[in-house]
Amino acid sequence: MKYLLLIYNDAALLDALPREEFEHRLAHCYERAGELMADGRLLGSERLEKPETAATVRIRDDELAVTDGPFAETKEYLAGFNVVEARDMNEAIRLAAGFPWARTGSVEVRPIAQSLPD
Amino acid sequence: MPALSPAAVAAARAAVESAWREHSRHALATLVRLLGDFDLAEEALHDAFRAALEQWPAQGVPGNPYSWLVSAGRFKAIDQIRRRRRYDLDDGRIAERVAAADGDPAEVEIDAVGDDRLRLVFTCCHPVLAPEARVALTLREVCGLATEEIARAFLVPVPTLAQRIVRAKAKLRQARVGYQVPGRAELPARLASVLQVVYLVFNEGHSASAGAQAVRHDLVEEAIRLGRLLVALLPEPEAVGLLALMLLHASRRHARTGADGALVLLPDQDRGRWDRALIDEGLALVRLALRARPPGSYALQAAIAAVHAEAATAAATDWPQIVALYDLLLRVDPSPVVALNRAVAIAERDGPAPALALVDALLAEGALAGYHLAHATRAELLRRLGRTDEARHAYQRALGLVRQLPERAFLSERLAALP
Repeated sequence: MKYLLLIYNDAALLDALPREEFEHRLAHCYERAGELMADGRLLGSERLEKPETAATVRIRDDELAVTDGPFAETKEYLAGFNVVEARDMNEAIRLAAGFPWARTGSVEVRPIAQSLPD
Repeated sequence: MPALSPAAVAAARAAVESAWREHSRHALATLVRLLGDFDLAEEALHDAFRAALEQWPAQGVPGNPYSWLVSAGRFKAIDQIRRRRRYDLDDGRIAERVAAADGDPAEVEIDAVGDDRLRLVFTCCHPVLAPEARVALTLREVCGLATEEIARAFLVPVPTLAQRIVRAKAKLRQARVGYQVPGRAELPARLASVLQVVYLVFNEGHSASAGAQAVRHDLVEEAIRLGRLLVALLPEPEAVGLLALMLLHASRRHARTGADGALVLLPDQDRGRWDRALIDEGLALVRLALRARPPGSYALQAAIAAVHAEAATAAATDWPQIVALYDLLLRVDPSPVVALNRAVAIAERDGPAPALALVDALLAEGALAGYHLAHATRAELLRRLGRTDEARHAYQRALGLVRQLPERAFLSERLAALP
């Protein structure tokens, strides 16, 4: 089964980290990602630019509207994602918890659909 | 490294796959004992199989794959622990785990006396956990089912079940539940909770609650294996009764589905396809289990299965005896499902009319309203009474509730066959 790990950061918690601690966690993240990549469990991984660099597109009544920033105003912002291969949801949760980011935000674990909807 | 022939690589890969099927659950159980932590053990097991895939093609398949996997997993876990410590992820018990895991390999008891899976069962069925958490944890950790499979089997959303498992593990950790078989004094009480879990696993295997297959042979075998271990450890009448019950039901499993996977009901089964060895073993165990006064619920259910097993033909079934056993069972276990099964026996002994009255009363109580077999039973009784329109309606109700494909096909056929 494939799962998408959506990594949300909480800017307040993350900014409160000393620089050194942040670097330490980033190193941990890269090391863990390297291990999982090497044994075939991490299929893809990207870090996203800050949410203020985003544009959101909507079409309403055939009018294209573009606004700044992410679609929803939340305290947490999408910071990156991993696609992992896991035996089941609990293994995916364990992999998600193995990255440091659940401590300064949250990681959403979403099963990737295996078939078309009914 | 010498060049490997493709055939040698393929053989080693096949050996890893076969080791997964044969040893992964037992190796996990041993790793949980050695490491004292489910998550660490699961990661270690994964790493051990990964190492096997890398090393077996070049180094050959070890003589004892289970010991090899446990040793490899243990070393990988020690690596993991050191790495976690480097990233300050110490949760306070890491030193303990290192002490448990980082001994002299020669002193680490790998092939422990007794069965690590039995220890794991007792841990997973620990009374600090709610019953549904015990079942979920046992199925995932002891039987190796995926979270999604368990969620489907018990009609629970996947995230709910995943949380249940995460919380159960945390609870065992917080309560510092030891990884051991309980002592004699607390064993009987702890055993009841284990038997209940084994029974639920067997039921799910014997008659899957949902999905394409009527029978999940892997779950049936898993439950029987656990049942045998329990009887070997503690031949309490109810453990014996449960094993007898499972063996007698399992004896019919190859006759319960046709070649196309369709359900074959008891009266229509080819009794020549019943497994005589399982029946004989089950009958001997029933006699043993029935010596308890009063007989327990599993022993009585096994006795009912034994009456069926002893009937040479469906017509020769001793229904008065079965009704009498259900009467006793209702006293020990007054549940609406038992009452429904008793009503089926009443139909055979006294005809469909009195049975229908019982089923209608049960449905009126409400507990069985969402149970497809209650409506299917009602439909069958109405059909026998010639009340075709009502039978059609009841079959439709059952079809609206059934979640297993062979049962659905069976009910659709019955519905279509109505005049």
